[in-house]
Amino acid sequence: MMARLNVILLLVLVACALSLVTSRHQSRKLFVDLEREQARARNYDIEYGQLQIEQSTWAMPTRVEKVAREQLRMQLPGAGRVEVMGEARP
Amino acid sequence: MKAQAIAPVRLPQLRAPLVFGTLLVLFVALLGRSLFLQRFDNAFLQEQGSSRYSRDIEVPAHRGRIVDRFGEPLAISTPVKAVWAWPEKMDATPEQLRALAQALDMPQPALSRKLASGGDFVYLKRPVPPEAAERVAALQIKGVHDETEYWRYYPGGDVMSQILGFTGDHDIGQEGMELSQQSWLGGKPGSRRVIINRRGDIVEDVASIRAPQEGRDLALAIDSRLQYLAFRELKAAIDVNKAHAGAIVILDATTGEIVALANWPAYNPNNRTGVTPKKMRNRALTDTFEPGSSMKPFAIASALDAGKVTPSTIIDTAPGTLTIGPATIHDAHREGALTVEQVIQKSSNVGAAKVALSLPPATMWQTLSDAGFGTPPQTGFPGEVGGRLRPAKSWRPIEQATMAYGHGISVNLVQLARAYTVFAGDGELKPVSLLKVDAPVAGRPVVTPETARAVRHMLEMVVLPGGTAPKAQVAGYRVAGKTGTAHKLDGKTYSASQYIASFVGFAPVSNPRLIVAVMIDEPGAGQYYGGAVAAPVFSSVMGAALRLLSVPTDAPLNNVVLPPDVPDVKEET
Repeated sequence: MMARLNVILLLVLVACALSLVTSRHQSRKLFVDLEREQARARNYDIEYGQLQIEQSTWAMPTRVEKVAREQLRMQLPGAGRVEVMGEARP
Repeated sequence: MKAQAIAPVRLPQLRAPLVFGTLLVLFVALLGRSLFLQRFDNAFLQEQGSSRYSRDIEVPAHRGRIVDRFGEPLAISTPVKAVWAWPEKMDATPEQLRALAQALDMPQPALSRKLASGGDFVYLKRPVPPEAAERVAALQIKGVHDETEYWRYYPGGDVMSQILGFTGDHDIGQEGMELSQQSWLGGKPGSRRVIINRRGDIVEDVASIRAPQEGRDLALAIDSRLQYLAFRELKAAIDVNKAHAGAIVILDATTGEIVALANWPAYNPNNRTGVTPKKMRNRALTDTFEPGSSMKPFAIASALDAGKVTPSTIIDTAPGTLTIGPATIHDAHREGALTVEQVIQKSSNVGAAKVALSLPPATMWQTLSDAGFGTPPQTGFPGEVGGRLRPAKSWRPIEQATMAYGHGISVNLVQLARAYTVFAGDGELKPVSLLKVDAPVAGRPVVTPETARAVRHMLEMVVLPGGTAPKAQVAGYRVAGKTGTAHKLDGKTYSASQYIASFVGFAPVSNPRLIVAVMIDEPGAGQYYGGAVAAPVFSSVMGAALRLLSVPTDAPLNNVVLPPDVPDVKEET
């Protein structure tokens, strides 16, 4: 009776030990994944900064004006060609 | 063999206890040593052990961005590589060197020059894009290394150069806002302890030793559209007038925010090779000049406030000169009797001097001091100055007279623009700010609202026909302002041929939104009066800025009346 109980307990112990090993392994694996994702987040952050630089370089008024004037041939309307709408004038 | 009784060998009596005792002592020593190592002196072994599996790694923190009032980025840090070499330890074949030059995108002679410059450490190129750095690493040249560093980019280039400043090594601010806001912008890298496996992968986080502190974003009051506009017009005016330098400031008349501040000459902060300190100077804040006639409204306001004159009091300016002691003040044109309003409109020195002399020095000093002259504008900008306003006790009459038309007193452009908040508002001086202001700010009263309104009316007359600056008019808006033309100080005496032309004004007069102050240093193309050189800049900047901000018009669109270009459009000093 006693011996049987001992065998059962031994099996339970072995099972516990194995599950500890697997969960330890799992946790390491997940941690490595987490690290990888965090590194990716950092890289995206860096890329976002670079894209912001790029965007604001493209959108700089200096360049916008140059494109508007030279490529699109736009110009400011002269004083005689402006009409103000809506606002009641004093 | 015969049985023989072997006489029992008798061991020496002390031997057993001795051996036993020795063993015991050794055991005790062993136990003691292990106890010592485990309990008391375990640091060394712990360290040795942990160095085999744990690492302290740095957690980078980057510098905060600088953005304009709408969140448009003006300065951003991004990691790049720096490639450096150890020339003495370098061992490269000519092919490798050629490949290296190609990977770094630099001519080979330049590379050889850098390597020949000696020393044990030389930067070959910084910044290098990460891809290029990878190509360099792939060459595996001995003695060539790279490191990651943060590099700051300024998308605006020279448009905002002086106001932003720049950062130096390790992304630490060196000039401008980058310097003055270093503690806000700068990030502090953290570090953490981790456990690594045989391949060097991190498998477990042990502890965070120091949490990284990311740099915070800084929102300036600058509106990048207006900044560009101001910069463009300033530069154009300096080209046309062949001027030496110039500056322009746009203030929000209600909050005192500096929405634009541009200087010329300027530099490109992204590439600072060969930039002289002259180009780095933020003239609008760090340089003072004698303002000339743009001071007149303050002398007049002081007299109005003290009840010495009213706007319609007649001042006799004939014959266009006024002699005080050994000195004589001149007007550019002889005028006869002028009202106080006309003294401002025509910018008569004699008139302003006479009004000023009716005041006790202390009263005039108080008004000037309250209007912020003589004290720095407290923007927090490195190197800002307060100009010079001497104490009233030391004023001689001639000095009080010349101060009325802006000589013998020095100001910087931001101060001058700030002083005009007194007239743009109802007599209150608003504090100026380079940073975005969210809540309305309280002003400090300088003159009564009635006086402020009266001077505002006089300033509007300046740009109307008969005034000194009709070129400052803006289609669709009522504007008000004052010209200034001053001889430059050349050592201790005034230069006869070098001038500083300026214009300060605000619009729309019915409800002032913006104050624009323009200063052109040494115009050299013939014209040098503020009304001819600086007023057109004011007009184009103010007009475009008000349209950009969708400020309702307060005048018909055909309001601009330019008199024929007669020499009448002039003023003295």
